[in-house]
Amino acid sequence: MNAEHAGDEAGFDVGVLLAWIDRVAVAVERDKDRLTDLDAAIGDGDHGTNLNRGFTTVRAALEAKPPQYPGAVLVQVGSTLISSVGGASGPLYGTLFRRMGKALGEAEKVGPQDLAAAFAAGLEGLRKLGGASVGDKTMVDVLTPAITALDEALADGASAARAFELAADAAEAAALATIPLRARKGRASYLGERSEGHEDPGGASCALLWRALADTLAGGGAGTGAGAGAEAEATDR
Amino acid sequence: MTHVKLVGVVLVSHSRKLAEGLAELVRELGGDQVPIIAAGGMDDGSLGTSYGRIEQAVREADQGAGVLLLGDLGSALLTVKTLLDEGVGEDARAVLADAPFVEGAVAAVVTASAGGDLESVRAAAEEARQFRKL
Repeated sequence: MNAEHAGDEAGFDVGVLLAWIDRVAVAVERDKDRLTDLDAAIGDGDHGTNLNRGFTTVRAALEAKPPQYPGAVLVQVGSTLISSVGGASGPLYGTLFRRMGKALGEAEKVGPQDLAAAFAAGLEGLRKLGGASVGDKTMVDVLTPAITALDEALADGASAARAFELAADAAEAAALATIPLRARKGRASYLGERSEGHEDPGGASCALLWRALADTLAGGGAGTGAGAGAEAEATDR
Repeated sequence: MTHVKLVGVVLVSHSRKLAEGLAELVRELGGDQVPIIAAGGMDDGSLGTSYGRIEQAVREADQGAGVLLLGDLGSALLTVKTLLDEGVGEDARAVLADAPFVEGAVAAVVTASAGGDLESVRAAAEEARQFRKL
């Protein structure tokens, strides 16, 4: 598998990270109504709209000031989300991405293990900021098992593409597994038992992020092709 | 009384009207010496909390004695915590109070107007949660 060799030997460059964020932006735009509907059931009904506004601004910001290395992509994504989203998902996703970016440092290429460690650092920042634990019906319920699945797959010697695919599968399953939970954080927590029976919107958007990463790496994203594609797309706009 | 630098107070709300209304109220109660800045809503006036507006408010409220921030609900507090984590508090000493929005703001401004330092202002705001209304 090409992705395996490119990912494991060369690592992912700035283009791969840009391609990932571009896929996240596309997925958020595609699913914004679904996210907003989920949020309307137990939150304030703006999750899809807010995140879409955030990632639209992110795309423009990355285009205006292209980052030079993978960590810088994520720091810029995080900062842009914090200043543009307006709802709780701004600081939460913003902190996740900024912590991930800082963990990647200034390396020109990052390996799957580096990304796994960056996700762990991001999760830590998120837990500190929001105070949520597993089972509170939040993004943490999706990030935690996805990171575990990623770590396990990489430890078992899976290719980067396969490991991130398994992580995305775990993230999607975990998002659905928030349905029976009672919310203990955020606006939904005011609903008590009435928050049960609905998928957590933050968990749902978090799963999009993981699937976008898996798709990026599966689609030859571990080479420079995806990066070039993202740049070509960027110049189109 | 010699002129002392007073602690500033920043009121962060999802709603511009709520933040400005509370600022109006506490200015009335706490005198006009305390820098009280409302940071409500998004730049376009819609509901939400704006990182940029809060950052700007902290700078405006800082006279050199520090700034106490109070927030209304969930994401307002998350946005402030993110801002403080990012080091806005480095040049302007700023802290977030774990306090009820209205009562906390009243207690903070009254304490600040009496020349209380940042820690006393924060403590006064946080003690406000003990007040019974009935």
